[in-house]
Amino acid sequence: MARKLPMYKAIAEAIAQEMEKDENVFVMGEDIGAYGGIFGATTGLLEKFGPERIRDTPISESAFIGAALGAASKGMRPIVELMFVDFFGVAMDQIYNHIAKAHYMSGGQVKMPVVIMTAMGGGYSDAAQHSQCLYGLFAHVPGLKIVIPSNSYDAKGLMISAIRDDNPVMYFFHKGLMGLGWMPSPPEATVEVPEEPYTVPIGEAKVVRKGSDVTIVGVAKTVHEAAWAAEELEKEGISAEVIDLRSLVPLDKKTLLNSVKKTGRLVVVDEDYRSYGMSGEVIATVVENGISLEAPPVRVAYPDVPVPYSRVLEKYVLPDKEKVINAVKSIM
Amino acid sequence: MKIYKNDLFFIFGLMKEEVCDMEKVEEIPKETLLEIYKTMHKIRTYEETLAEWYYKGKTPRFDISAGPIPGELHLSSGQESAAVGVCMHLKPEDALIGTHRAHHFAIAKGVDLKKMTAEIFGKATGLSRGKGGHMHLFDANVNFSCSGIVGASFPQAVGVGIAAKLKGEDYVAVAVGGDGAANQGTFHEALNMAAIWKLPVIFVIEDNSWAISVPKEKSTAVSKNSERAAAYGIPGVSVDGTDVVAVYEVAKEAVERARRGEGPSLIEIKVYRLRGHFEGDPQHYRPKEDLELARQKDPLMNFEKLLLEKGIVTEDELNKIKEENIREVQEAIDFAVNSPYPEPEEALKGVFAGGE
Repeated sequence: MARKLPMYKAIAEAIAQEMEKDENVFVMGEDIGAYGGIFGATTGLLEKFGPERIRDTPISESAFIGAALGAASKGMRPIVELMFVDFFGVAMDQIYNHIAKAHYMSGGQVKMPVVIMTAMGGGYSDAAQHSQCLYGLFAHVPGLKIVIPSNSYDAKGLMISAIRDDNPVMYFFHKGLMGLGWMPSPPEATVEVPEEPYTVPIGEAKVVRKGSDVTIVGVAKTVHEAAWAAEELEKEGISAEVIDLRSLVPLDKKTLLNSVKKTGRLVVVDEDYRSYGMSGEVIATVVENGISLEAPPVRVAYPDVPVPYSRVLEKYVLPDKEKVINAVKSIM
Repeated sequence: MKIYKNDLFFIFGLMKEEVCDMEKVEEIPKETLLEIYKTMHKIRTYEETLAEWYYKGKTPRFDISAGPIPGELHLSSGQESAAVGVCMHLKPEDALIGTHRAHHFAIAKGVDLKKMTAEIFGKATGLSRGKGGHMHLFDANVNFSCSGIVGASFPQAVGVGIAAKLKGEDYVAVAVGGDGAANQGTFHEALNMAAIWKLPVIFVIEDNSWAISVPKEKSTAVSKNSERAAAYGIPGVSVDGTDVVAVYEVAKEAVERARRGEGPSLIEIKVYRLRGHFEGDPQHYRPKEDLELARQKDPLMNFEKLLLEKGIVTEDELNKIKEENIREVQEAIDFAVNSPYPEPEEALKGVFAGGE
């Protein structure tokens, strides 16, 4: 049976089902217990599983994320939530020097089935330290898988895959897709979700709209901006194919390359900072594989500035439908 | 009113608790008491007025992104005594580094109220031209800053202390954090460094018992964060923020000590959060009695009562102060509301110094 679920409930349901199935799964983080997660991703879990398995932590990120490593080394499958991706600076060492590298450095002796879950994204004037995406930072480090759902179906399936994976998976959810009620969220993000457990494989992109003239690649919120742009472009006779990457690591090169081979044009829409990030990686992948394009690829990415507070300033820099339409037209 | 404190000069953690007589209110000049009252009342007036503006455009259905003040808003009502008691002893050249909840410290430190309000409304006339917002207020004229990252202030204050020492100046640095922030590594690293280098830093833990929804007793291994000073061989004092005069006295000692070059101190100020963690916080995690307690412990109400009961001020004098505050806050709001928004292209400017 499927019913429409907002993303936050889909994530909580995925965690609950895996916790019922596997007693090694447990959750740690700030305000994930009584509050249910600031963005609702652990709603109802404390009531179901109690404070031993749903552990509210002090504001000690190095300690609870480092503790995920220790627990994983003993066969547990910890899920840790760090409220905003902007906050990771305080705990980076445990992530990029330890959790990401333990399997490799130990010659495969140590497995790290850790899920690190966090909120990302702007659009509601939360300014420079609460609105970033930063997935590019983590995707840069070898050893971390990166998944980013754009709707509640993928959210549940990717979370179950992340929990069952024997590697560290960073699970990003966009605040503006969670369906929280108190923050705008497009209806396209709240879709039908089967009640039973299922997986969405990590490393598989999805063609969310077929087209022949141009490939538009996005992730999370920008998938929707791209799809809305494609609808408008259709009216003007431009057929755009839209790809939801869903995973940045591993990157589904096959789906990406097949699409660009067909369309010959590429626009990448990225809410993370423009330089040294996802948009560059996607374009480099296409170019390295010798695909000849009919026009230079275009990035609609967050310019290399911190996220400004004032609504007019933030709107100016955020990728949106209009910017995607203009980008596509510029290469047609 | 009583406070309990370590002997400031008895270091290395023997918890000598002594009772301090807070009848000291009569030893403080009347104009100082009135200044304390005025700033506390101004803060409360400001916060409650901002709350009204915050919900405009966000009703009937709360939408965090809507209204004249978008984004998160963390108000400080109930915590005024911490800011005023400390900042009364600070000069403009002293640095104060606050938290995500910092309006009270900003006002007490003398941040330009009009520009601060314009910033919170996202206007071009704001302290940072609308780029910073409510959690990231900077006013270099009075050496004030704050940020949205828990525990970020402590090491930064250490750096100000180093600068004072190297430059041979007598300014001090105050780092503010909540009770939740005392569990961050930065807190412990910074206290140790300030102690070994004997830096002019005052670490203030503003203990409102809640790290969003997590109560202090479930997150903190000691009952008073001031006890942690013992681990770094510096004085640690816990003071009841219900009594602003007690905070004033404790902060005075710590600031003077820092200015004399005798090193850092840790002050824990017990306050009560009258509102949610942020506006829109349903607070379903918080027992009703806790909010009721916060209302009883309201430092503004208690101070007002004290001033009147002791015959230090008359109702007329207080009313005059209140009217002045209401007018000043209204002028700041009017300034913000009537100011223009920044040009959108402003978003791309100012990443680096020395150019656009």
